[in-house]
Amino acid sequence: MNWLDTIVQGVLLGGLYALFAAGLSLVFGIMRLVNLAHGDLIVLAAFVILALVTTLGVSPFVGALMAAPLMFAAGWALQYFLLNRTLGKDILPPLLVTFGLSIVIQNGLLEGFSADSRRVSAGSLESASIALGPVNAGIMPLMTFLSAVAVIVCLNQLIYRTAVGRAFRATSDDPVTAGLMGIRPQRIFALATGLAMVVVTIAALYLGTRANFEPTSGPARLIYAFEAIIIGGLGSLWGTLAGGVILGIAQTVGAAINPEWQILTGHLAFLLVLLFKPRGLFPRAVD
Amino acid sequence: MALIETKGLTAFYRDFQALFGVDIAVDAGETIAIIGANGAGKTTLMRSISGVLANEPGAILHNNEPIGALPAPDVLARGIAMVPEGRKLFPSLTVEENLLVGGYGRKAQGQWTLESLYALFPVLKERRQSPATALSGGQQQMVAIGRALMSNPSVLLCDEISLGLAPAVVRTIYAAFPRIRASGASIVIVEQDIGQALKVSDRIYCMMEGRITLSGHSSELGHEEIHKAYFGAERHELA
Ligand SMILES: Nc1ncnc2c1ncn2[C@@H]1O[C@H](COP(=O)(O)OP(=O)(O)OP(=O)(O)O)[C@@H](O)[C@H]1O
Ligand SMILES: [Mg+2]
Repeated sequence: MNWLDTIVQGVLLGGLYALFAAGLSLVFGIMRLVNLAHGDLIVLAAFVILALVTTLGVSPFVGALMAAPLMFAAGWALQYFLLNRTLGKDILPPLLVTFGLSIVIQNGLLEGFSADSRRVSAGSLESASIALGPVNAGIMPLMTFLSAVAVIVCLNQLIYRTAVGRAFRATSDDPVTAGLMGIRPQRIFALATGLAMVVVTIAALYLGTRANFEPTSGPARLIYAFEAIIIGGLGSLWGTLAGGVILGIAQTVGAAINPEWQILTGHLAFLLVLLFKPRGLFPRAVD
Repeated sequence: MALIETKGLTAFYRDFQALFGVDIAVDAGETIAIIGANGAGKTTLMRSISGVLANEPGAILHNNEPIGALPAPDVLARGIAMVPEGRKLFPSLTVEENLLVGGYGRKAQGQWTLESLYALFPVLKERRQSPATALSGGQQQMVAIGRALMSNPSVLLCDEISLGLAPAVVRTIYAAFPRIRASGASIVIVEQDIGQALKVSDRIYCMMEGRITLSGHSSELGHEEIHKAYFGAERHELA
């Protein structure tokens, strides 16, 4: 086994998990909403990209570009018309509603696309690779990781450098007082979920081109997203990337030892972090 | 015609009635003080005007138009800004970001900008990059006032800005009010310190148990009158 190669592959895989997690983390950070349908929304976006690619004959990247505004609109409407009504002191209603949504999406996809395993073809890019020193890295894994970094840089710029970002943080602190500033929390929440769905579309592009997916693939993606967020520590997007990377490395190392261990070692790494650092590795200062 | 008027304003917290037909009027450029003991309903009145609490549309008028049922962002858009009780700064935002967020919903031209606020409260410029909640109580109150001014309001509602502050700090904060008045804004100040309220205001309303018990020009009201309206007749007789 080539250790260096295994670790690089793990780091790059971590980029995919960070992409799964970034949207979930954004929404949780702003409105304390745990969206149990997040994984299913990623799979839904993958099917949207697949449908665009097969009906219009465009490349998956163009397909994702076209799917992004659709997913933004869907996320905005989902939040504004449904999820906003579930938010309140009680954390149970949003959990129940998004759990139901997860089932609705899975069954809707089964109805529309059957249970078959699908894949979006990225053509020759799928097998292309470049040499990073002594290690060969696939172009697609590399693009996944760079996209994750780009998404996190953009989200951080938005959150910490713009008026909308200030409104996000102010609303997260205190929605009533935010209202006195002219901020409409309901719309801020809708905007945040819309943005999360754009990130979900980027995640779906790489999910769909790198591996097979089917209508029931969502919950497993949700688990990886959760684990990345918790390992990294709530409230830090760079922490989420680190969490994804740790998860990715644990999986590739496990797989290198015994291919059957890939999933198991990922979860074990998660449990170990939880055991020694219950608040994650890079939690936001104080809450 | 008054700039802001309440007409028979009532307010409820579920079954509990906190205001029983409150009538006040604020003219353009005027400074009003509202005094009253704990639980009199002063904050409830402020929250009603600012749109945090919804009321009957016609119970609150702005420029003779009903605004009682408008949500807070719509009230702010009309130029009515509030410094809430307890300051309510955003802990995730720096001092400067707290000020900036005050201008989020209303981009009105006027004299208040970051620069003019830093001139009004110079200490805030030094602390601009600090988390707002790392400041002293007095400095935090300056941020809360500055944040409300960032929308260049024509009406500024201030709920107990001296709460929990040392007398010297209170004096520094009230020292800024002549300049806020000079901007042309009407000011409504909720204050428990009767002396302070009389000093800063043109007119005064006294509240007790959800009702206005006394109103008049600050320079004309007698001490005994106010005392009676503030504490109620029985307490007055005992005292
Ligand atoms: N959120 C609430 N729920 C139920 N009752 C409330 C609520 N807020 C205030 N009250 C009640 O309404 C009445 C008026 O309260 P309010 O806060 O308006 O008084 P206040 O004059 O501002 O008092 P203070 O000087 O203590 O700030 C009080 O009896 C109070 O207990
Ligand atoms: Mg009060």
